[in-house]
Amino acid sequence: MYQVGIDIGSSAAKAAVIKDNEVIRTLLLDTGFSSRKVADTIYTTLEAEGITKENTTYVATGYGRISVPYADHIVTEITCHGKGSHFLFGENGTVIDIGGQDTKGISLKNGRVMKFVMNDKCSAGTGKFLEIMTNRLGVTPEELSALARKGSEITISSMCTVFAESEVISLIGKETPREDIAFGVVESVVNKVVSLLAQVPNDKYFLTGGLCEDDYMIERLSKALNAPVTTTPLARYAGAIGAALAC
Amino acid sequence: METLELPKSFDEFVDARKAGFLKVKEYVENDGHLVGMFCSYTPLELFDAAGVSVVGLCGTSNEPIADAEKVLPKNLCPLIKSSYGFAYTEKCPYTYFCDFIVGETTCDGKKKMFELLNDIKETYVLHLPQSQKRDYAKEIWYQEVKLLKEYMEEKYGIEITDEKLREAAHKRNEMRKTQMELYALQGAVPPAMKATEVMSTLAQGMFNFGVDAQHASYKAKLDAAKEALANGAKPVDENAKRILLTGCPSTGVIQKVGMTIENNGGVIVCLDDCGGERTQKMLVDENADDILRAISDRYLEIHCSVMTTNEGRVANTKEMCQKYKVDGVIEMVLQACHTFNVEATLMQNMCDDEGIPYMKLETDYSTTDSGQIETRLAAFIEML
Repeated sequence: MYQVGIDIGSSAAKAAVIKDNEVIRTLLLDTGFSSRKVADTIYTTLEAEGITKENTTYVATGYGRISVPYADHIVTEITCHGKGSHFLFGENGTVIDIGGQDTKGISLKNGRVMKFVMNDKCSAGTGKFLEIMTNRLGVTPEELSALARKGSEITISSMCTVFAESEVISLIGKETPREDIAFGVVESVVNKVVSLLAQVPNDKYFLTGGLCEDDYMIERLSKALNAPVTTTPLARYAGAIGAALAC
Repeated sequence: METLELPKSFDEFVDARKAGFLKVKEYVENDGHLVGMFCSYTPLELFDAAGVSVVGLCGTSNEPIADAEKVLPKNLCPLIKSSYGFAYTEKCPYTYFCDFIVGETTCDGKKKMFELLNDIKETYVLHLPQSQKRDYAKEIWYQEVKLLKEYMEEKYGIEITDEKLREAAHKRNEMRKTQMELYALQGAVPPAMKATEVMSTLAQGMFNFGVDAQHASYKAKLDAAKEALANGAKPVDENAKRILLTGCPSTGVIQKVGMTIENNGGVIVCLDDCGGERTQKMLVDENADDILRAISDRYLEIHCSVMTTNEGRVANTKEMCQKYKVDGVIEMVLQACHTFNVEATLMQNMCDDEGIPYMKLETDYSTTDSGQIETRLAAFIEML
């Protein structure tokens, strides 16, 4: 029997296949306009590999969780990131999930979610903020981190993404080095995330979501939190893995 | 029979609202008197004794908010904006046809809104003390209640006798007891009903004319629920997580918060806002020598976050958590309600001490954050 977790986020759709308590396959796709369509693509891709309705339980999570018609269960991404992180890290601590449209802090104890926080309507401190800023600076996310590492102290004070973008535009206008602006952008995300995490403090943190391969972000988060932040490339699929485990 | 004018925009209204307008118009044209009010602190027995109907005008809909924001600041509580908006747009039949409105100084936003509301509809404001603690607080409130009584006596050319007040106190007490019975049904495992049903019944009951009709509507619900229970009906899943909903008045978020809780594996077993058990369990001493004072004393006891200090509210919630075998506490704070928002820390501390999971949601009447709210509520319930 296979357990398939499908995590349809606002930017990326992830799927994880678990068999005998091992992640044997992952999938990463752009969510695009239609959650339903991407859910279908995931289904047919896995079907071609012999993972079908007959031998599989499906659990959907993420914002598009209601758009997966073949899902046997629906579970929220908070519970799934908790389960997935417990599977990946196996320790007590706080999960930091920086997602496409929201950022979550999930306090885990013995594999159970004890408490969680989530940003409210505002997109500061989320992947959306980084996406807008990388577009404005004309760089990829990887380039942004590489630039930021070489940059020096500059503060982007606006918390609102739209206002922060105007602030970046005026910095560009003043010919501020791109490295410095990149530094400011990353620090803005770090500060916002750290202030959110103040409600779920811990001595260990785990980073999940799309930024888990960004060494510079991990380094800055760890410094600001004054605690180790660990991650693994599979942590991008933590929500999907957690969903598969919720089968 | 006097002839009344309908609002200018009447023809544009949908049928349900038109029916509402016509019903109130007919009531008022047949010499019925209607007074609008906003708050649990309003001493309702006075209106009953004066023979006038009293109706709650707390805005619970997002609909008139955009219009209200032409006058009021955007970052204000949605209840205040909605209430004002209904008067401003003439879209609420009760606001439109009431003789006057009784406001109270429960929060700064409302207090100042009433000054503007008075330009649309006569608004009488009760001055509430900041606390029950001072020796003279009860006397201040008694004088306020007395002033309102005298105001109505003059306005309607009547005398509000002690006898009438005592009768009113008795009827209100009886209705409170019915409400308490209705709440108590939620103590069963699983509870007798979805609380969103209770919320809707109570909210609709307010729009009956007179305490007798209102009481009858609650009694009907109670009897129906008891009968269903006796017949073995179990409308709620026995594994549903038992939620206590506290914080600001929740009628405006029945759908957004109440139904979302109950559609995601939870059931509200205790409605812990100002219209709930915390307030309804307080009865007027019907046999007191000074009945007016007994009435004013009863209302001042109410635990609202505007009072400083307000230990009674959190202490009562703690009691409710045990009584209703609560799995988790959800606090709903309406945007810009500073007193409940700050007091939430005390509520959270109590829950932490008791080992009861707690979550605070800050929201308004719009649908902008519905997706986020649903994720947070569902995740909270999954966590329990």
